[in-house]
Amino acid sequence: MNMKSPVFPRGLRAAAAIAALWLAAVGVQAAVVGDAAPAFALPTAQSGTISLLQLRGQVVYVDFWASWCGPCRRSFPWMNEMQQRYGGRGVTIVAINVDTKRADADRFLRQYPATFAVVYDGTGATPGAYAVQAMPSSYIIDPQGRIAGVEHGFRDERRAALEEKIRSLIVAR
Amino acid sequence: MAAFARLPGFRTLRGVRPAALILLAAAVTGCATMAPPQPWEKGTLARPEMQLDPDPLETKITQHVYTSKEAATGGYGAGGGGCGCN
Repeated sequence: MNMKSPVFPRGLRAAAAIAALWLAAVGVQAAVVGDAAPAFALPTAQSGTISLLQLRGQVVYVDFWASWCGPCRRSFPWMNEMQQRYGGRGVTIVAINVDTKRADADRFLRQYPATFAVVYDGTGATPGAYAVQAMPSSYIIDPQGRIAGVEHGFRDERRAALEEKIRSLIVAR
Repeated sequence: MAAFARLPGFRTLRGVRPAALILLAAAVTGCATMAPPQPWEKGTLARPEMQLDPDPLETKITQHVYTSKEAATGGYGAGGGGCGCN
């Protein structure tokens, strides 16, 4: 190594690299009401694909869940109910699993069966794009593809409000 | 940059090897430059063996022994009121 080379700019460059890495990790903005919903196209268990784009014109309830997420055990029966009640009226529920091990998700689904669409993203790309802040998190997307509602967690006392939100979007459709 | 390097304080840095500087930066920042796990990455942290209290039942039984045999209660996380009713 040439010892005459100035050391300081080198150190500065390293600091800049570290700062850039930090920004890349922290700088993603959370998806909020009014934003265009970040697109996704994810595989189902039956080797199909569900993309948000092909659901344009429908009310889409996107739910991020994981096998290790406690409240998800209570949200699944509710989402089944919503699917049954509004599935025929232009509402699609898409539950995005974020488990890194598919077997964990399968075990959960055997215990808490889902009658709505379940897709898998073990890479974290989609929750990253939405900058999901809690598990579970739900995004209610209007027929124009905009986010109309964001729900962090799943609480029993919010069921009625969530259903009302879905219903209001059906009417607006 | 050159003007900076001519300042007395920075001149002393000239003799330092870049590797030493990087080591120093790593030691000073520690894990601060590491991003914490995102909410969807907490699967491992959610495992029972990762909890502060890995066996709640065992803790409960042990606490019951303390309460009933030693008349000692509380001082162990969120405590009871001292109504003497267990």
